[in-house]
Amino acid sequence: MSERKIKVALIGNPNSGKSTLFNSLTGLNQKVANFPGVTVEKHVGNFTYSDVMLGVNYNIELTDLPGTYSIYPKTLDEQIPFRVLIDKKDESHPDKVIVIADATNLKRSLFLCSQIIDLKIPVVLVLNMMDMVKEQGINIDIQKLQNALGVFVIPCVARKGEGIEDIRNAVVNNHDMLQNDFIDSRSFAPLVTDSIKYILNIDNNYTAFQIANNFEKVDLSFISNEKKKEIGKIIYQGHFTSSSMQAAETLERYKVISLLMKSCVTHKNDRQQKSFTSRLDNILTHKVWGYAIFLTILFLIFQAIFTFAQVPMDIIDGAFASLSDAVKNALPAGEINDLIVNGVLAGLGGIVIFVPQIAMLFLFIAILEDTGYMARVSFIMDKLMRKFGLNGRSVIPLISGVACAVPAILATRTIQSWKERLITIFVTPLMSCSARLPVYTLLISIVIPRDYAFGFLSMQAMVMMAMYLIGFFAAIGSALLMKWFVKARERDFFIMELPVYRSPRWKNILQTIIEKVKIFLFDAGKVIIAISVVLWFLASHGTGDSFKSTDKKLHINETNGLLTEQEVNELEAQRLEASYAGKMGKLLEPAIAPLGFDWKIGIALITSFAAREVFVGTMSTIYSVGKDNEDTATIRDKMLTEKTEVGTPRYSLATGWSLMLFYAFAMQCMSTLAVVKRETNSWKWPLLQFAYMSGLAYLSSFIVFNLLK
Amino acid sequence: MKSKKLSEVAVGHSCVIDSYTDDEIKLKLMEMGCLPGEVIRIERLAPLGDPIAIEVAGYTLTVRKSEAQTVLINTID
Repeated sequence: MSERKIKVALIGNPNSGKSTLFNSLTGLNQKVANFPGVTVEKHVGNFTYSDVMLGVNYNIELTDLPGTYSIYPKTLDEQIPFRVLIDKKDESHPDKVIVIADATNLKRSLFLCSQIIDLKIPVVLVLNMMDMVKEQGINIDIQKLQNALGVFVIPCVARKGEGIEDIRNAVVNNHDMLQNDFIDSRSFAPLVTDSIKYILNIDNNYTAFQIANNFEKVDLSFISNEKKKEIGKIIYQGHFTSSSMQAAETLERYKVISLLMKSCVTHKNDRQQKSFTSRLDNILTHKVWGYAIFLTILFLIFQAIFTFAQVPMDIIDGAFASLSDAVKNALPAGEINDLIVNGVLAGLGGIVIFVPQIAMLFLFIAILEDTGYMARVSFIMDKLMRKFGLNGRSVIPLISGVACAVPAILATRTIQSWKERLITIFVTPLMSCSARLPVYTLLISIVIPRDYAFGFLSMQAMVMMAMYLIGFFAAIGSALLMKWFVKARERDFFIMELPVYRSPRWKNILQTIIEKVKIFLFDAGKVIIAISVVLWFLASHGTGDSFKSTDKKLHINETNGLLTEQEVNELEAQRLEASYAGKMGKLLEPAIAPLGFDWKIGIALITSFAAREVFVGTMSTIYSVGKDNEDTATIRDKMLTEKTEVGTPRYSLATGWSLMLFYAFAMQCMSTLAVVKRETNSWKWPLLQFAYMSGLAYLSSFIVFNLLK
Repeated sequence: MKSKKLSEVAVGHSCVIDSYTDDEIKLKLMEMGCLPGEVIRIERLAPLGDPIAIEVAGYTLTVRKSEAQTVLINTID
């Protein structure tokens, strides 16, 4: 058998069942990367097909292109299909294209298909949802359509797996199909088209016409500057106006499509299927019920992230604790042991612990997307969110941010406009995430009295709620601010299809969950472990006699175990004070003193960068309560008796509020920074975010401390 | 027949697309099948009055009020 490789691209309208078909064709044999230079996910999968008659083994590489209605790019994402299809040298340029069409909406799907037909890349047209077509009493004459278009037309039902083998067969079939010109694309501007063909030495009219149309709008980096100049001149001299040319082309295509529809498609009865969707929409987009149902669903998601995910999180926590102990005891005591246990394993544990929450959040998001409900959420929330520079689709990420900013930021991919997506990414970490909860709990128990307003409203609970509200208003306010500073890369539209409701396709949902977890573990994970090791080094190493002598005493104790627990705790506190982290804390003190913080809090601020909840553990070590004892009551008592140099309580109301506000606003989360870096594809945004949030934290802590002092 | 803006049509009423006043929106909507001469039915408004859901060529589409203002239509009753 001889081997043959074929590159195939899959393209189609949004909601046409593209990902279902992609999953059916490639199974689990796929990987996700980014298209070069942009943060658009590129899904590539492989499948094989053996032609026994010819003795050829085909290896097909399938690239899933972002969903689009036309190859004219409107958004940055849509530039991908354009570039991949037009530039013959692009690494993803296909030998063949599978166009998937929602057969219940054939007219619109044929528009995209006809454009690719005219690019003269061999097309296989897949008509999906043929079961729905029958249900609606529509009859499509496949043979007639195939003859008219001159390409293979394969009916299928992707979600039931019907017709998949026929598609595989058609993809490798070399039987010559005519693939005639769908329209005469030279006729719109013969001179310009011919000249571009000549300059670029290409023979396809429609490719030349596309280049002329997108010349000013799209980055055509595959054309040399010299040739670009020539083309620019021709477009100018030929008075070529892209908008009227595109409009003329669109009209011409739909004219031909209408004739085609008349001869190939017959309706038996008027469509009835929309009534179910329409009736459901009467409730789901209702003034009262619409919002009530949405809030209920949100509550359910919250409940799942906060409580259901807790079980697997505790298991992971326990597993890492026992793993740490096992490694600690198995390896000889010393530097390497410490590095692995307190550096690498601690960092790894800090990553894996997020997996249940991420999986849980994306289970819900994928279901909401897949059923078509998410489009309704955008529909009912758009007007409200737009006032803040956000979008209807920003709602879910913002609210998920209360659990954890990491999955929330991954969820912003559903926002199409770059500006609105960026603003959402930027402000989401201001929502009070679950890692802030232990910090708030500890500080509130120290500085807020256990009193009740009006005899029943707990002051402590009200302050806790205030912290969440402060986070929310900071996010909304910052969005408003960002609205003026971020330039839109493209004009923002809210022209979006409201798809008919469908039951979720569990395979797709599972695929989404696996993908998001993978991205988090492998992409963000690398950065998190690196920072975790650095933090470990700073907290466990130091110079000077004080560090060396305490370090030595602790090492001796590890072998003979003569010291009492209290003595070990005190030594560990001393060692931390003398370590690099301790030195940095002291170095930081002059800068944070105006906020009411001392060097001990300084150390906690530094170590909190690994994750905010580390605050409690660090405080335990500093106040020599013992690392393993994270019981809030003990630390609280220690912190309550702590005095400043002048003898007043260190944790006064002023310092308490100042510290809480600092934790509410400061960007102390390396996982979030790593994810923002990945999602925006640059260090610019995470660094700006870090600076902005730290500045906001410092300023508000400073103000509140000096007001309450 | 009188020329109006799409944003002025009441819920439940239908109209025919006449022309567009914004080139970008025109191209985007035309590609999605909203060609001059096509019938549009206003399906519903979002609870806050904006965006609008319209039925065209057998499926439902959302447009913001500001976008609908650029679509000129002829009413049919």
